[in-house]
Amino acid sequence: MSYPQPFVDKPQRTDVLLVSPWLAPIVWEGTFNRDILNAQYRQKNFVVGVATFAVKKYVRFIEGFLGSANKFFLSGHRVNFYLFTDHPEKVPSINLAPEKRLFIIPVQNYSRWQDISMNRMDIISNHIHSHWRYEVDYLYSMDIDVQMFEHIGVEIIDTLVGTISSWQYTKPRDSNSYERHPESRAAIPHGEGDFYYAASFYGGSVSEVYKLTTACFKGVTEDRANGIEAKWHEESHLNKYLLYHKPTRLLSPEYYWDEELIRPRIIRVKRLSSVRKDLQELERLTLLLGGLRELLVPCSSLDSLVSFFFCREAKCVL
Amino acid sequence: ELWKSFLNLKSFLFSYFSFRMIYTKRSDVLMMTPWFAPIVWEGTYNSEILNEQFRQRNVTVGLTVFLACGRSAEATGPTFLETAETYFMVGHRVNYYIFTDRPEEVPKVALKEGRNVVVLQVQNYPRWQEISMRRMEMLSYFSQQRFINEVSYLVCVDVDMKFNDQVGVEILSDLFGTLHPGFYTAERRSFTYEHRPASQAYVPSDEGDFYYAGGFFGGTVTEVYKLTKKCHEAIMVDKANGIEAIWQEESHLNKYFLYHKPTKILSPEYLWDDNLGRPEILKKRRFLAVPKNHAAIRNK
Repeated sequence: MSYPQPFVDKPQRTDVLLVSPWLAPIVWEGTFNRDILNAQYRQKNFVVGVATFAVKKYVRFIEGFLGSANKFFLSGHRVNFYLFTDHPEKVPSINLAPEKRLFIIPVQNYSRWQDISMNRMDIISNHIHSHWRYEVDYLYSMDIDVQMFEHIGVEIIDTLVGTISSWQYTKPRDSNSYERHPESRAAIPHGEGDFYYAASFYGGSVSEVYKLTTACFKGVTEDRANGIEAKWHEESHLNKYLLYHKPTRLLSPEYYWDEELIRPRIIRVKRLSSVRKDLQELERLTLLLGGLRELLVPCSSLDSLVSFFFCREAKCVL
Repeated sequence: ELWKSFLNLKSFLFSYFSFRMIYTKRSDVLMMTPWFAPIVWEGTYNSEILNEQFRQRNVTVGLTVFLACGRSAEATGPTFLETAETYFMVGHRVNYYIFTDRPEEVPKVALKEGRNVVVLQVQNYPRWQEISMRRMEMLSYFSQQRFINEVSYLVCVDVDMKFNDQVGVEILSDLFGTLHPGFYTAERRSFTYEHRPASQAYVPSDEGDFYYAGGFFGGTVTEVYKLTKKCHEAIMVDKANGIEAIWQEESHLNKYFLYHKPTKILSPEYLWDDNLGRPEILKKRRFLAVPKNHAAIRNK
């Protein structure tokens, strides 16, 4: 295989962190060669499972999710999609690529969406134990209300993988996203924390995901018994787990981008993003930014500062 | 809902700064290969976190060296072991595996708790090149026979060296190699790969990631076994065909690492020769060549 030589004194990117303090790679566009990775991966004949939940109104996201995943998710590699839904009859028929399979699994719905969310951990760990460990080598949990816009490939495959949240906007140790009340099992003491991970996309080897989901759901159950609910539900428990069982690979926010946020330049590619739920929000933000521009003294350096910050699509809107 | 838009803007602005601000400690070096193997430089890792991870697993690390076998043990042995006691895998369990044809000459060095010396007697060979290449055979044999039951990781190094700074668990991975200090900024075409197709160590001229040093490699026992076995077999095939690779087992090592890529790579901090100076990029010199008495050891 022929490819350009990597140079030791020429880093691929200097604007972002590429390796965690415990030497786990952080996956950013421009840092990896998918051809090399594919060649390594193909030798091993792995199967990857994806668990996703479409309960109540969320069934409307199924088509977008499966359609885009079919095109962009581990393209050319074997994937089993495990779709949990309380309305199996509403699952649209989709033509999947030959190496992709869809399993529709009926599931109970709960009145509170928080309960639906948190019980996912339990369902996943049970299914791993009962049969997924015989069917797949790696398992990923993904939110259903997302779409993929760019290839997500074997760069995500590793023993324990977490995605850095696109909402991480303070130093993690000061972050008020972690659960801080000591009574909760998800509590992280002040001064601790590496990154804030998104529960919308995590995974790893089947055995590691089993350990993670079992531990997190245990925390959820114990909290419930004590009448507490963690601030961000199972995401809080996930963050506690990944603090003390550090991921072996981290995905940059390219791998789960919250559509409500405007994408800064360091996010060169939006591979997977939440589906825009409310267009009104976007309009309001546009108005705000437009007004902001009016207030600032117009000058060329400010214009270039604004355009430096905003990616092209936002510029058009402005 | 306006507050939400404000929050959005604020979060966005901070997000730009926070990803940058928190983390780029080394922007002058490649921190990761295109296949996600971290390259270990000072400033890229946190020893506390790593030490805790490895202590939890209670790993034992095997350090292999080939002593004497034609050279004077007095010149190299004591310094190597003493400095290893100070700098190598401090706080973790270590077995020093000393391959030698003269067990009586293995220096007696006071060892810290959890650390042992194991002397393995082996055959001597008249040519240093032969000794060098037989290392692969001996490592693969003992990996299977012994090391697999005693240690989690193997670190295989040259003996005419001394430790000068921390060499710890940050190096451990399934399979790791070290960037040769003479070639880490060189272009592919200057790498001294074996370029004769007749040799098993042959690398085509348009291929190659890095030039790895034969004096420092390692990984899990299984991976080191596979590597050393493959290299030994390749050396034997070459021998049968009457050819010897240009840099002996280092050539075969480089071929192996091209087609079985390391999962971690050590920067030249981990194998340095002060004759090469002190470039800016080198924040630490952890493992240094000890001046050799060339006349005494080179064949006539």
